[in-house]
Amino acid sequence: MINFMKYKRLYFLISLLFLLPSAYFLSRFGLKPSLDFTGGALLELHVEPTHVQDITPAHITEIARQVVKLNSVQQTDTNTFLIRAQEFDQEHNQILQKELKTFIGDPTEIHFATIGPTLGKELIRKTLTGIILAAGFILLYVSFRFKDKKYGVCAILAMLHDSLILLGVFSFLGQYRGIEVDALFVTALLTILSFSVHDTIVVYDRIRESLKQHPQLSFTSIVNQAVTQTLGRSVNNSLTIIFMLLSLYLLGGTTIKWFIFALLIGTISGTYSSTFTAAPLLVLWENLKARKTKPNP
Amino acid sequence: MSSLRRFWLIVLLFLITLFLNLPSEFTLFKKTFHRPPIDLRLGSSRFQRDLKLKKGLDLQGGAHLVLEADMQNIQSSDRLDALESAQQVISRRVDLYGVTESVIQTAIFQDSYRLIVELPGLEGIDKAIELIGQTAQLDFRHDTAPDAGQVDYASPSAFLRTFSFTSTGLTGKDLKKASVDFSQSGQTTGQPVVALEFTPEGSQKFADITQKNLSRPVAIFLDDQLITAPIVNEPITSGQAVISGGFTSEAATQLTIQLNAGALPVPIKIIEQKNISATLGADSVIKSIKAGLIGLTLVMLFMLLYYGKNGLIANIALFIYGLITLSVYKLIPITLTLPGIAGFILSVGMAVDSNILIFERLKEELRADRPFSIALELGFGRAWDSIKDANVATIITALVLINPLNWNFLNTSGMVRGFALTLFIGVIISLFTGVFVTRTLMRFFLLRRHQS
Repeated sequence: MINFMKYKRLYFLISLLFLLPSAYFLSRFGLKPSLDFTGGALLELHVEPTHVQDITPAHITEIARQVVKLNSVQQTDTNTFLIRAQEFDQEHNQILQKELKTFIGDPTEIHFATIGPTLGKELIRKTLTGIILAAGFILLYVSFRFKDKKYGVCAILAMLHDSLILLGVFSFLGQYRGIEVDALFVTALLTILSFSVHDTIVVYDRIRESLKQHPQLSFTSIVNQAVTQTLGRSVNNSLTIIFMLLSLYLLGGTTIKWFIFALLIGTISGTYSSTFTAAPLLVLWENLKARKTKPNP
Repeated sequence: MSSLRRFWLIVLLFLITLFLNLPSEFTLFKKTFHRPPIDLRLGSSRFQRDLKLKKGLDLQGGAHLVLEADMQNIQSSDRLDALESAQQVISRRVDLYGVTESVIQTAIFQDSYRLIVELPGLEGIDKAIELIGQTAQLDFRHDTAPDAGQVDYASPSAFLRTFSFTSTGLTGKDLKKASVDFSQSGQTTGQPVVALEFTPEGSQKFADITQKNLSRPVAIFLDDQLITAPIVNEPITSGQAVISGGFTSEAATQLTIQLNAGALPVPIKIIEQKNISATLGADSVIKSIKAGLIGLTLVMLFMLLYYGKNGLIANIALFIYGLITLSVYKLIPITLTLPGIAGFILSVGMAVDSNILIFERLKEELRADRPFSIALELGFGRAWDSIKDANVATIITALVLINPLNWNFLNTSGMVRGFALTLFIGVIISLFTGVFVTRTLMRFFLLRRHQS
């Protein structure tokens, strides 16, 4: 048995090293919401030049701003452009493409999306409801299964730890890399919530079992024992998930790249937090309780 | 159930799911085989599946639309009916237009009545979308201006005065059928026209109207817009009429589709539209499947290297897991989207987790010098608690995302649901393969060897 809990301050310090910047970025810059949340229109076009030699975003801007309320034009590939604008309909989409054909080149539509502003607000509300509901149910289930609220509370704290880091990373990416947060990111966040709890429960389960078997041992050594026994499984399990995610991230389609990245961050953080946050938190909880009940000398 | 029986049950399951996952046509030993589709009948109910994986819009391309119905002129008690009949009308229009496998759902959020329309494929999407939004209220009107009786409609000066068209009571509801035809007479010969055929009641009305309006115009309005106003030369009792409005043949076809499908009971507006090109989808599918296979190979290799014989059994269980999951997708059937594939891949990770938990427990029990047979049972028994609790947490999250009761305060987006549904199915099946299948196989292969 390794005395893991001796270094619990170190674990909390490592967590803080990630949590503080995350909280900073999140409060300073927030997240960069995608079309799903803000509403608006997004049109990706491949334009094969026929009238000009090389097509630049400036060419597209010139034409597009006469048809729609343009926000930006961004080049994503050779002759491929991402046009962002305020909400416009299929008719304007066709007018725009016709204009482009007349003056620049032959457009092929890759992707077109337009979302009304009310739908965006609605998605934010539904997302928050979903997260609160899922967290609430999990808290209830864990408290019920372990018959002690400290397990439920600490599992939720570890879960918040993982969510905050994930949100922080995407706040950073949004600010410096322009990565947006969309409906899929919300899915990733919810998956990570459940993965985090999944992993934590395995450790807690072991603690509960050891408590029954060795009632004479101190709580700290029980936790040490449980962590020692579950660490191998925890790492191996995460490795298999990371294998899957990493190959999807490196080789999978571009549409799910950042979704997979979010899952990857969450898996790593979730693995760390179940052993090095959720378990030491329990010990801290017990120590504080012991100090409270012990009369002052 | 004895251990041996369980083993044969798994073999049977393996064979059935293998059959379900065969391609519909394949060559083996230079012979071509065909896998028949499922078509079962039991009494009056019928179970029919072609056993093809259904691909979502993001995988095969298509358009996703959210339409909002303008309900301000509809009483609140009738709104749901109006929405449902709008759904039927749009569904008929889309079908008549030839878009197959479209999905049209209703959704209500607070005061907003919506239709979610998914049109797979890209052929003629622009036209299809145009078609969806048209109200298609057909209305026959006659001139009721005060001087209507004295005008000579044949003279050119008649068109300089103001017409006052009012409804005759003959509408699109009295139509039996509309079809595209070509004009047989006058200057318009050869031009596309829309031929109308009325119901018996409509024919009667039409006969009355033409009788009353001899030598006067009868105007045909579509969505309050005048299409044509021919002058009646003689009463028409045959119940047939022709709309000639200088149509292109495409416009004539669209109009017939709208008339045949019926009019929308409420005006409709597009509030969200997403077009996805098929090439983008195809590219993503191939890449993601390739990536998934590589990831899976790595996982299997890891299990084999780290857990040896046990790992091999876990890999067999994982293979069976894959077969069962894909069979379930085909049987339900589940529309597979890109996030759905991600959900499936993630659930593979969770399926392996059950086995890792069990094997680690088994190792511990063996280290405590217990005989293999006892260690095996203890390992499974003790790991089960953790597996159960951990998976319940995942199931809870998946259920919140799937939103099975269609609560409108929770998400109803197809993408998120697709992901959660595959994750949910994956976790349930992984509980079966990770525990039941692995245990049976280990008892069958490893226990016997240890005993002999």
